[in-house]
Amino acid sequence: MMQREDVPFLPRGVRTCFDRVRETEVLLGPERVLMLDQVGVAVLGRLDGVACLSEISHALSQVYDAPLDVIEPDVMAFVQDLVEKGMVHVRPR
Amino acid sequence: MSDRVDPPMAMLAELTHRCPLACPYCSNPTELTGKERELSTEAWADVFRQAAALGVLQLHLSGGEPASRRDLVELVAAAREAGLYTNLITSGIGLTERRLKELDEAGLDHVQLSLQGVTAAMADRIGGYKGGFDRKMHVARVIADIGFPLTLNAVMHRANLDDLQATISMAQHLGARRIEIACVQFQGWALINRAQLQPSRAQVDVAKAAVAKAVEELRGALVIDFVPPDYYSDFPKACMNGWGSTGLNVSPDGTVLPCHAAETIPQLSFENVQDLPLSEIWYNSPAFNAYRGTDWLPELCQTCDRRDIDFGGCRCQAMAVLGNAAAPDPVCRKSEGRAVLDALLEQDVHEIAAPEYVYRR
Ligand code: SF4
Repeated sequence: MMQREDVPFLPRGVRTCFDRVRETEVLLGPERVLMLDQVGVAVLGRLDGVACLSEISHALSQVYDAPLDVIEPDVMAFVQDLVEKGMVHVRPR
Repeated sequence: MSDRVDPPMAMLAELTHRCPLACPYCSNPTELTGKERELSTEAWADVFRQAAALGVLQLHLSGGEPASRRDLVELVAAAREAGLYTNLITSGIGLTERRLKELDEAGLDHVQLSLQGVTAAMADRIGGYKGGFDRKMHVARVIADIGFPLTLNAVMHRANLDDLQATISMAQHLGARRIEIACVQFQGWALINRAQLQPSRAQVDVAKAAVAKAVEELRGALVIDFVPPDYYSDFPKACMNGWGSTGLNVSPDGTVLPCHAAETIPQLSFENVQDLPLSEIWYNSPAFNAYRGTDWLPELCQTCDRRDIDFGGCRCQAMAVLGNAAAPDPVCRKSEGRAVLDALLEQDVHEIAAPEYVYRR
């Protein structure tokens, strides 16, 4: 199971890009295209290979001025889903 | 035609029909395009730029064996320059260490390596190419060393479906992130060998259970995509995610197809990127509009709650089995065509001694 202290990162072969035709951010990976919403962009923009999930949730809760106990489960679920799709990898701190 | 047409997301570029392997399940057409008619490097680069401008995000370089193109590295560089996510679908034959390094420098995003079997005996028998398995294993090691994300693409059928566990283990052993376990789809050359390739119902049941178990056990470690054999399903797949909805194919000579096998439908004629812009073909060609959306579907599908799930299934399968490309996919249990499919299946699994493979040469 993924821990709050785990550090998520985009593995080689997965990248975000701006889709000029559809005018949206997308996440591209092996055999997959995911259209990103604002939350997705905000979370993935903070995957720098250093910050752990807990730090990312904290940062977002400040930026969006929203309680941590609302933000954190969303971040964890979003990342967990991408881990299962092979689009995000995590490593222990 | 219903409402507005979305831009395509993915393009399959069949760079060449040339291939060192001779797999009996090849889904390429029975009539192949010769080398002299293949698009040039510059023509492909132009197609890639047009595709990106049209909205394509992912490019699959396929064949035949794309490594048979001497300009493969240049083509990958051109695709990346156009802004496309670039995937190479290969048997590995023809990829040396040096060439793989050049592909890495050119920006190749992902490699999809086909697997004909988990032992040299099986793989080389299916591929019809002696020594192919050993070379593939070597290529897989180089791919891992370079660090390309790898998908193993295993085509399963009667002779190797029982090796499913070993196939999944091999994906882990080779460091693949993903495995695609695709039961043979009967298109193109594969139709000729249907009786030899068709698995039994018992094999399919065991395989499905094994896949379900592996998906659970390997969650987060290996992505497993399973394509079950059509003939044992009750309802069709959403072939191409709907005709002309998401993807397009460009064949070696530049013919633009709504799907890989579309040329088996005799009443359709297809445009070529050498004559018309790609966007014109995508949005306006009669072939792309023929089965787009759901308005053209027969009454049976119009009143069915799966209409917007499978869009009536595969046009080429309806053509191949029923001789009518506009009929519901004969896999569908509700359709009249199912009786025809069942009769074929019955024949396939009761052949006393399956005849020898007819190799693709
Ligand atoms: S009737 Fe048509 S829409 Fe319904 S399942 Fe069959 S093929 Fe699909």
